[in-house]
Amino acid sequence: MAPGFPKRSVWLIAYTLAVTLLCVFVFTGNGLIDTAAFLALLVPLFIASDFDKCDPRVGMPVFAFVLLCALPIIGMRNTFYLDVAIQVGIFAVLALGLNIVVGFAGLLDLGFIAFFAVGAYLWAIVSSPHGAALLGVGFPLQGDAFFVVAVAAVFVAAGTGALLGLPVLRLKGDYLAIVTLGFGEVIRVLANNLDKPVNITNGPQGIAAIAQPLTEVAGALATTTAPAFKWQALIYYAVVLTLVLVAVLANRRLDSSSIGRSWLAIREDEIAAQAMGIPLVRTKLIAFATGAAFAGTMGVLFAAKQTFVSPESFDFNQSIGVLAMIVLGGLGSIRGVMMGAGLVTILNLQVLKSLSAGLNHLRATGFEIFGWSFANLPTQFEPSKYERLIFGLILIAMMLYRPRGLVPAQRRPISAKNAGRVS
Amino acid sequence: MSFQLALELLPPTLADGLILGLLYATIALGYTMVYGVLGLINFAHSEIFMVGAVVAVELLTYVLAGSSLHPVAQLVLAMIVAAAVSAALAGLAERIAYRPLRRSNAPKLAPLITAIGISLFLQDAVRFVESLFGQFIRPFPSMPFFDIPLPLTPNDSVPMKSLVILIVAGAMLAGLRYTVNQTRLGKAIRAVATDRMAASLMGIDVNRIVMLTFLIGGALAGVAGTLYALQFGRVDPFSGFIPGLKAFTAAVLGGIGSIPGAMVGGIVLGLIEMLIGTFVPILTNNAIGTEYKDIFAFGILILILIFKPTGLLGRPSTEKV
Amino acid sequence: MRLMKTLTAATTSLLLLTGAAIAEDKGTIKIVTQSPLSGQQSVAGEGIMLGAQLAVAQFGKQLTDMGFQLSLQPEDDQATPNVGVANANRILNDPAVLGVVGHYNSGVAIPSSEVYAKDNLVMVSPANTNPAITDRETTRAIANRICGRDDIQGPAGANFAMDTLKAKKVYIINDKSAYGSGIAQTFEAAARKNGANVILSTGMDQNETDFSSILNRARVDQPDLIYYGGTYPQGGLIIKQMRQKGLKAAFLGGDGLDSGDLQKIAGPENMTNAYFTTTALPLSQMPAAAAFAQTYKAKFNKDPEVYSAYGYDSARVVIEAIVAAAKAKGGTMPSRAAVAEAVRGVKFDGVTGAIAFNNRGDIASAKYVVIEAGKSADANKIVKIIDVAAPGGS
Repeated sequence: MAPGFPKRSVWLIAYTLAVTLLCVFVFTGNGLIDTAAFLALLVPLFIASDFDKCDPRVGMPVFAFVLLCALPIIGMRNTFYLDVAIQVGIFAVLALGLNIVVGFAGLLDLGFIAFFAVGAYLWAIVSSPHGAALLGVGFPLQGDAFFVVAVAAVFVAAGTGALLGLPVLRLKGDYLAIVTLGFGEVIRVLANNLDKPVNITNGPQGIAAIAQPLTEVAGALATTTAPAFKWQALIYYAVVLTLVLVAVLANRRLDSSSIGRSWLAIREDEIAAQAMGIPLVRTKLIAFATGAAFAGTMGVLFAAKQTFVSPESFDFNQSIGVLAMIVLGGLGSIRGVMMGAGLVTILNLQVLKSLSAGLNHLRATGFEIFGWSFANLPTQFEPSKYERLIFGLILIAMMLYRPRGLVPAQRRPISAKNAGRVS
Repeated sequence: MSFQLALELLPPTLADGLILGLLYATIALGYTMVYGVLGLINFAHSEIFMVGAVVAVELLTYVLAGSSLHPVAQLVLAMIVAAAVSAALAGLAERIAYRPLRRSNAPKLAPLITAIGISLFLQDAVRFVESLFGQFIRPFPSMPFFDIPLPLTPNDSVPMKSLVILIVAGAMLAGLRYTVNQTRLGKAIRAVATDRMAASLMGIDVNRIVMLTFLIGGALAGVAGTLYALQFGRVDPFSGFIPGLKAFTAAVLGGIGSIPGAMVGGIVLGLIEMLIGTFVPILTNNAIGTEYKDIFAFGILILILIFKPTGLLGRPSTEKV
Repeated sequence: MRLMKTLTAATTSLLLLTGAAIAEDKGTIKIVTQSPLSGQQSVAGEGIMLGAQLAVAQFGKQLTDMGFQLSLQPEDDQATPNVGVANANRILNDPAVLGVVGHYNSGVAIPSSEVYAKDNLVMVSPANTNPAITDRETTRAIANRICGRDDIQGPAGANFAMDTLKAKKVYIINDKSAYGSGIAQTFEAAARKNGANVILSTGMDQNETDFSSILNRARVDQPDLIYYGGTYPQGGLIIKQMRQKGLKAAFLGGDGLDSGDLQKIAGPENMTNAYFTTTALPLSQMPAAAAFAQTYKAKFNKDPEVYSAYGYDSARVVIEAIVAAAKAKGGTMPSRAAVAEAVRGVKFDGVTGAIAFNNRGDIASAKYVVIEAGKSADANKIVKIIDVAAPGGS
């Protein structure tokens, strides 16, 4: 904000550099302290992305430094951090997609993960031996066809979204919610059942040996200290980062475009919006299809990264999980939903895991506190069994503490230029 | 498929479908009551139902099994305790996770997330308590009285428990309708459901009415849990999820917010599931198996909602301008 | 004095938490279990973990005597593939981890083992009977299992159904899980080959509790046998609902039914003409297993699950392999690749039977046992024991 170079920026830069050095050279493991250090490294991302409080001229370089320099280095040392970053990225884009549907247009979608599944199965079928048996000559596709299919998935998923949306978007509020929930379940059940009469999805057995993109690049870069799989993870990281960037830009543009204003109008008052000449069904369909497109692309990436898909990755809990991310983060707020995605994913994959591993270690070594030994902890208290319970409590606490989300959406004033062409 | 086969299969299929539907309906009542009053989908309802089922099974297994009481009396006692525990839990959920959000004017989706939090918490908390005493999948104790066959057609019979479920579910609906339509409390509930602000201006303590609605819904869930355990003979901390989902579907199918709607929706859903599960594999010569029944059930739900967008018995929503 | 002790313990713990191994002479070795510890499938998952814990307590001494520190790290894969994979990445980057016991779900084991294979981290599966676990080239070196394969157990059940039970008309139900559908498919193929008349082959989601839509039809068709590919919580319900509908047909299933709770859920009065195939002799009828069951009960205050025994033997395989690899390296810390190689050479008589691997990582010769389920688990009777070598290996 202020011209010149305020003291806070100096602190931010110093802090970022210091934590990066600590993460790269000292806390390289997976323990509690390492996790804490890693989280500390993410704090600058949070601060630097708040352009109201942080000068973009300082924030942007800090932001870029953490994402493009610090994280890859840490990730190449310990690929777990890359995997976490990739998963955060996948869920961030999913959250951004759902944010369009729920946050912008106000349509409650409880089956969002279905479109993720469509993308995942699309790539799984065209690039695996299983799919080759089904599709015949020319298949499976090479791993590098990934990029083509990822683009194709945008249209396939958007088409599916439009197809599913068409009959049901007349429904209001919670009726729409249950129907989308139904669609989500239908897609999962179809994936689980379509091994008979025609074997398309291989049913509950799932599809294995899915091709990965750019394996030859990873192979060429491989050295003894940095084997190919680490480079492969870095490639995925780069792809995810690009997709997140695209998704954020798309979200921003949509938010301030005329269609974004139409969504807002529908969300706030459907009847008034209709009276102003906004075509309800078409506007809602676009929201549905756009959200689905985000999810479909990430599905392709997910399938490639996992090299295996099965229906259990796409159940109702996953839809609910993405919804939790955007509500926790702040409905309609781009920065918020991304934070929500990061928070939920890191909490689940990293913080709670290392917490229970740490407790377990205390038990294994018979650590004593006030004369009471952790070794006495009965097996029913096995910490890793209560990760979901703790997660549930955190959800409640965060919602009560910040009911509008971590970063509530702000109504920006509409510029005169755009105000005229709402529909 | 021969006409003969259809004729032979139809009575037991309808009977089983009706019982399954009644079970869905009893759970759906809780969803629909809370929705009617607050416009809130209480996603934690399925876990409140599960706790009721678990309490009933534990009570029948460890406390009442040795008693000389008649099996029906044992079941009624278990139902009462289960209803009390579930009601208390539902009240607690309202107090801790929903009311503060209403006060802070949170977005409509915020209670959905706290409800999910409660669900996750309850599942693993119950699992924790159960696993202190062994395995957490608990069988319903053997009570031969409820398996006594009652003749249905010359060839078919239904067990006694089906009759019990029919009677209890019927009583629940009748009691609830009476309470809502005929009593002062019911009048207050309807007032709050119609317009919360106006109701409070008329001197109704809205928070108290909402709390009572949760208590009633919870108690119904406890009874439903007992019936569910009786019918299927097994409960575990995760057995609330699927019936909860189906009951929620049933509530929407019937028109969410409507009490007879929940009943009708439940029965329709139960019948659809059972009929499709039985007849589709026969009609398609096993090409499409029973596993597709949920797809058909949701398909029919969508069809019904397209033609009746507010469910079978739901009031058409008035468009306020 | 006490304060000092606490402080030292605290510092060491902190050091260990950071992943930096403290200056022990030989270093720390970790064995990880990956199984669902929360959620619906945690009964089996916890069984695996506790079994492994017992094995570490009993056999870990060999390693601690050599100067290593040994600990078991339980991980919760939540029966969800992406959680399993994230855990796998975590484990892979902890150099102290030399072996993984897991998973419970094939859908989680397959993608996770792809991660382990990146750094030759060995996986010994206690429960994944899906053929794809050991059939994939990418994980050939590191994926092992001590349980049988679906493509043998299913046919073994089919032979029993045709030859001994003389079943002609057959219903097949599977629970739509990777395990249940796999075993049911192989059963169906073998049964059809043997000339069985499969009237109905259908799925029923593993969360369903009402089987009447299938059983009502069975009352008309009157099949000789109902085969169930799935686990005991549903299997017990099917038996119960069958008998209550007056169906007298035989009931047969796979090792997923092998639990003391099968009878409790079905109700003892309904346990007639019910069988299951399994790869382990009943715990009550093996001397080694009886001792195992006793220690387990004493230690954890509950009866062992079927998968406890598998978890126990799997962890023992990992420990024996680490010991062998360490000895080969003169008593120093072995590499992951060496441990993976050593697993294939491990041989002992375990609780679940004779353990020895072929070059694919399958149990070299597996015993398949047909058991008639009695009124309680103690009343289970062995009907038939079949010895089958795993296919494709040598």
